[in-house]
Amino acid sequence: MGKTLAEKILTDNSSSDAHAGDIIIARVGLAFLQDGTGPLALRQLKESGLEQIANPKRAILFLDHAAPSPSRELANDHITLRQFAEKSGAQICDVGEGVCHQLVAESYANPGEVILGADSHSVTAGALGAFATGMGSTDVAIAIALGKTWLRVPESFRIEVSGRFTKGVFAKDLVLHLIGKLGADGATYKSLEFSGEAVGNMSMAERFTIANMAVEAGAKTGLFPTDATTQTYLDSRGRGASFLALSPDPDADYERVITIDASSLEPTISKPHSVDNIALVRELAGTKIAQVFIGTCTNGRLDDLAVAAALLKGKSRHPKTRLLIAPASSDVLKEAISAGYIQTLIESGAVLLPPGCGPCVGVHQGALGDGEACLSTANRNFKGRMGNPEAFIYLGSPATAAASAIVGEITDPRELM
Amino acid sequence: MLRGKAFKFGDNISTDHICPGRYFHLRSNLPELAKHTLEDVEPGFCTMINPGDFVVAGLNFGLGSSREHAAVVIKMAGVAAVLAKSAARIFYRNAVNVGLPILICDTDKINNGDELEIDLTNSIVKNLTSGTELPVGKFPDVMLSILEEGGLIPYIKKHGGF
Repeated sequence: MGKTLAEKILTDNSSSDAHAGDIIIARVGLAFLQDGTGPLALRQLKESGLEQIANPKRAILFLDHAAPSPSRELANDHITLRQFAEKSGAQICDVGEGVCHQLVAESYANPGEVILGADSHSVTAGALGAFATGMGSTDVAIAIALGKTWLRVPESFRIEVSGRFTKGVFAKDLVLHLIGKLGADGATYKSLEFSGEAVGNMSMAERFTIANMAVEAGAKTGLFPTDATTQTYLDSRGRGASFLALSPDPDADYERVITIDASSLEPTISKPHSVDNIALVRELAGTKIAQVFIGTCTNGRLDDLAVAAALLKGKSRHPKTRLLIAPASSDVLKEAISAGYIQTLIESGAVLLPPGCGPCVGVHQGALGDGEACLSTANRNFKGRMGNPEAFIYLGSPATAAASAIVGEITDPRELM
Repeated sequence: MLRGKAFKFGDNISTDHICPGRYFHLRSNLPELAKHTLEDVEPGFCTMINPGDFVVAGLNFGLGSSREHAAVVIKMAGVAAVLAKSAARIFYRNAVNVGLPILICDTDKINNGDELEIDLTNSIVKNLTSGTELPVGKFPDVMLSILEEGGLIPYIKKHGGF
């Protein structure tokens, strides 16, 4: 029997012949913390008595969730993280550099390695063919110290995507559709493995968007095979040498195969208060929106800002709808400035936030008022997520977000394209 | 042997419900953070439970963010164990790592306020109110060893590694 991508990568990073269901000890190629999970991880590390860290160049601390700090407490947490980096030799990505998952993609993740992040959206790097998964502070702390973790080798679902997106339909619509189909726990403990003609045609930005949300169906990881698109992306980041050709064996065993025809999809939206609560955008047309947020590790990349800028060019946001933009990294911001997208977005009435997580986690920079609805390009809409349990969050593509900002109501972007 | 009352919740209780993001600034002040445990689902939860009671939930308990604080604050609030029909992957691992027992069983057979008795060593849950015994899903060996040591840190301190 052949191997899935997950089984191949975990075999290569352990001393086991990894098959679904096995418990293995895996070598961890990259481990990272962010400012919400890092302080607890460092406390646990201290408690463990392990003083050395296994590979300081591959242990990264990101200040992104509460950055710049909105409070004294969080500013002090940032000091703790910076001091640890200085003492241990771990790397630090400070305030304004961007969201951890975007920076991991740009500068750190290598195809074929095991990546652990103390953040559930660490699955994003699966788009580069890394077995990337989120864990809690203690697991990642121990991985930083020992360079190892224990893992159960997951069963895999193959997600076979054919066809091409029609106008106004994007990777975000596809992944929301998939999560609606699987349910919020439909892939718990599983690896989602993407394949098919449409996947081969996808840009890296599209792959990151899809891999990022694998965890919203409960998955442990969301893996893409590597190809010329992967190689070109790594070359563009000066990391071409880390390319590794990876694909599953043709006779690999999949627990489920799900087929999706990309050409049959329409703009899709997730309704409050769970990500799998899916509808078509046109079915919710007319719902008033107080705030639109374009950004995050799901949809804060250059391609996303390009789509938003194309829709908003020469137009204004609705006077009763706030429009917030947070580029996923400082490189994305610089490129968006050069391309003129930022100028366009600001002229349309957008507020530019620093590269980072922005209001996604409810910490700062755009908490919602009671009864307000937000259309966000993020990945979660749980009750209270954006700082207020009395508010409502809808999730959609950057195109749906931009169209809705113009009209002030949930709007199918195809109407404005 | 653990004995306490069931505090019943529904399906899909996320880590945002358990430990809301708006208290992000309290994450290095765990006793304060713990005062807000589950407050968006059950306001005043922390004042309503007695130490040793149980959180009893439906499907997919603890979905969402990796914040281990969610498992920590449930434990600090005095909850002796979580029982659920199923649990999200990261939360399940976090609970074991911080020494919070999490048991997978058919929680439809437990009502709010039922008196429960749990034998962790032998994985037995008894509903004393209804007089029934519930089968419990088994932990993988590695998790059982971690739980028996009281969490991942004591486990690593004792064994030096995996």
